[in-house]
Amino acid sequence: MSKYYLNYLDELESEAIYILREVYAQFQNPVILFSGGKDSILVTHLAKKAFYPCKIPFPLLHIDTGHNFPETIQFRDNLVKNLGVQLLVGSVQESIDAGRVAEERGKHATRNALQITTLLDAIESNKIDCAIGGGRRDEEKARAKERFFSHRDDFGQWDPKNQRPELWNILNGKHFEGEHFRAFPISNWTEMDVWNYIKREQIEIPSLYKAHNREVVWRSDSWIPVSEYLKLEENEKIHTKKVRFRTLGDITITGGIESDADTLDKIVLEVAAMKQTERGNRTDDKRSDTAMEDRKREGYF
Amino acid sequence: MEIDKNQLLRFTTAGSVDDGKSTLIGRLLYDSKAIFEDQLESVENTSRKKGHEGIDLALFTDGLRDEREQGITIDVAYRYFTTPKRKFIIADTPGHIQYTRNMVTGASTANAALILIDARHGVIEQTKRHAFIASLLQIPHIIVCINKMDLVDYSEEVYENIVSQFEGFSSKLIVKDIQFLPISALNGDNVVNRSTNMDWYQGPPLLHALETMHIGSDINKIDARFPVQTVLRPQREGFIDYRGYAGRVASGIFRKGDEVVVMPSGFSSKIKSIDTMEGAMDEVFAPMSVSITLEDDIDISRGDMIVKQNNQPKALQEFDAMLCWFNTSAAKPRAKYTIVHTSNEQKAMIKDVIYKIDVNTYARQEEDNTLNMNDIARITIRTTRPLMVDEYRDNRITGSFILIEDSTHETVAAGMIV
Repeated sequence: MSKYYLNYLDELESEAIYILREVYAQFQNPVILFSGGKDSILVTHLAKKAFYPCKIPFPLLHIDTGHNFPETIQFRDNLVKNLGVQLLVGSVQESIDAGRVAEERGKHATRNALQITTLLDAIESNKIDCAIGGGRRDEEKARAKERFFSHRDDFGQWDPKNQRPELWNILNGKHFEGEHFRAFPISNWTEMDVWNYIKREQIEIPSLYKAHNREVVWRSDSWIPVSEYLKLEENEKIHTKKVRFRTLGDITITGGIESDADTLDKIVLEVAAMKQTERGNRTDDKRSDTAMEDRKREGYF
Repeated sequence: MEIDKNQLLRFTTAGSVDDGKSTLIGRLLYDSKAIFEDQLESVENTSRKKGHEGIDLALFTDGLRDEREQGITIDVAYRYFTTPKRKFIIADTPGHIQYTRNMVTGASTANAALILIDARHGVIEQTKRHAFIASLLQIPHIIVCINKMDLVDYSEEVYENIVSQFEGFSSKLIVKDIQFLPISALNGDNVVNRSTNMDWYQGPPLLHALETMHIGSDINKIDARFPVQTVLRPQREGFIDYRGYAGRVASGIFRKGDEVVVMPSGFSSKIKSIDTMEGAMDEVFAPMSVSITLEDDIDISRGDMIVKQNNQPKALQEFDAMLCWFNTSAAKPRAKYTIVHTSNEQKAMIKDVIYKIDVNTYARQEEDNTLNMNDIARITIRTTRPLMVDEYRDNRITGSFILIEDSTHETVAAGMIV
């Protein structure tokens, strides 16, 4: 075979770099949506590559629900310091205090959906015209319909049935004032691709992804971490288990899996043998068949 | 698994619900073990609710709420699966609604197209439309899957008849590589595993064909083109005078020391370095993203193109193209649009509609020069400044463009330069 071909990881990397550079060229005030999860860490790593030897020309925007893993915040602050980029924080607590949103009530109340208002407020107040996300099309059926450049109207809403066609590698980011775009440079990556790439590039990730001992309770078919926000229900017992997390969201809704995978090599092997989808342990997606589509239409990540 | 060498293959599937397209994709995902247990469980539940026996493979490709409710595909959806040999991206496009827009979109980046034919019905109008679009978009490989062979008793005669029907009309099209396959997506015959019901068929099953298809020549490696996306000027210690031109190689190969010309200015220089975060490279090829520095200080910005001295695209202000119209509002005669071609953007006007093509009969219509949704036409376009173009058949990136309507910012058309 000719030596002039790329393997799939190099091709995905090149595509993502191309998209990030298009964002920079087509928008005035883009940000990277940073959650502290592996996908937003990957996007940040790719942005570093896309603009080297310049610094990443975008601030990171963190929508902080207040219900964080402490490890996530520490990781975020270190990363921002090392990269020398600006950090913007949109606080869900402040949105609640300001009366913009009200806490959910009921047994499994979370702040997941409340993030939408905080995110859209942060986009408006910072005059952000493009928010770069780590969403992937393999994650969820509504996300399978996403464009690289995804238009949001002046209410921040997504209209999945009326999207701009994307042909070849031409991206149309034109918009009117008040509208914005979401850009998804790793749309074509799967969970396996992300882990293979993290391993290949030896990208630093929060320790939460690696197996560790933690106090947890069994709820909704997964191990929910014990935290100050967790209200124990009747019959629930605290266990200490060796767990790791496949995705990171709020500490209140992110379930861990029992695992011994404490190195990147072991994680890659474990992910390859997984029988459940990655978001299977996210109670936010379990609420209904179209939970993600409904939230995305409103302006979710 | 030697993942380090695995390539990425993008293919598109076009067809209606009735062709068994969703079932075929479901089958590929299911048999290649790309389906997780929780997905399977949810599909099993829905299948039971709908009263199906066994699992309805088509449900794996359902996306939006409206699609689930109506049992149709509305918009291009992307699916992923990996085998020990390759990573695959499927662009699953609907056959009916907005068919041109969606099929053209899916086809624009595809290495291969799967065209599905229902063995009971043979070649129908939609088959001709799919074949035409695959040929128009110059998809390098076409696999014609004659599906539902189980419903025609796995008959070789039925299969051969459909093959010759297809060959009969497709002789008018330009297709580089075409294969035919008798399959049953429902039962899994010749999809991932070889069928035991069709001993008369000696070829490989579909997945094997996809895994071994030669895609190394799909990208143009001869005409070196580097559209500049942006200029990198770090202005920090160690890089005070650094001026890197960031972009993705559209085609061809560039090497350090190459004599290059910057278009449209026409200034020439030499490649001083090809840079990435991992370090400098001696050569770079499509589709790699890098940044290039030149020996001379030339004014270069987004929209310019770096090419080799001895192989240059044409700088044209007026040219012909095959145009696909996507928008519900028709093209306005002599109205101005924004044309986007590589990283370059200009104003453009459709000067003339030469003929429209009926995608079902391939007949040319020269009298009617309106451009409505789903129309495909040969047009003459004029731009305010020259674009650096190649013919689409030689170069998918520098031979293609889109038109944007300025009052709505919508992408209203896609064009291929002839």
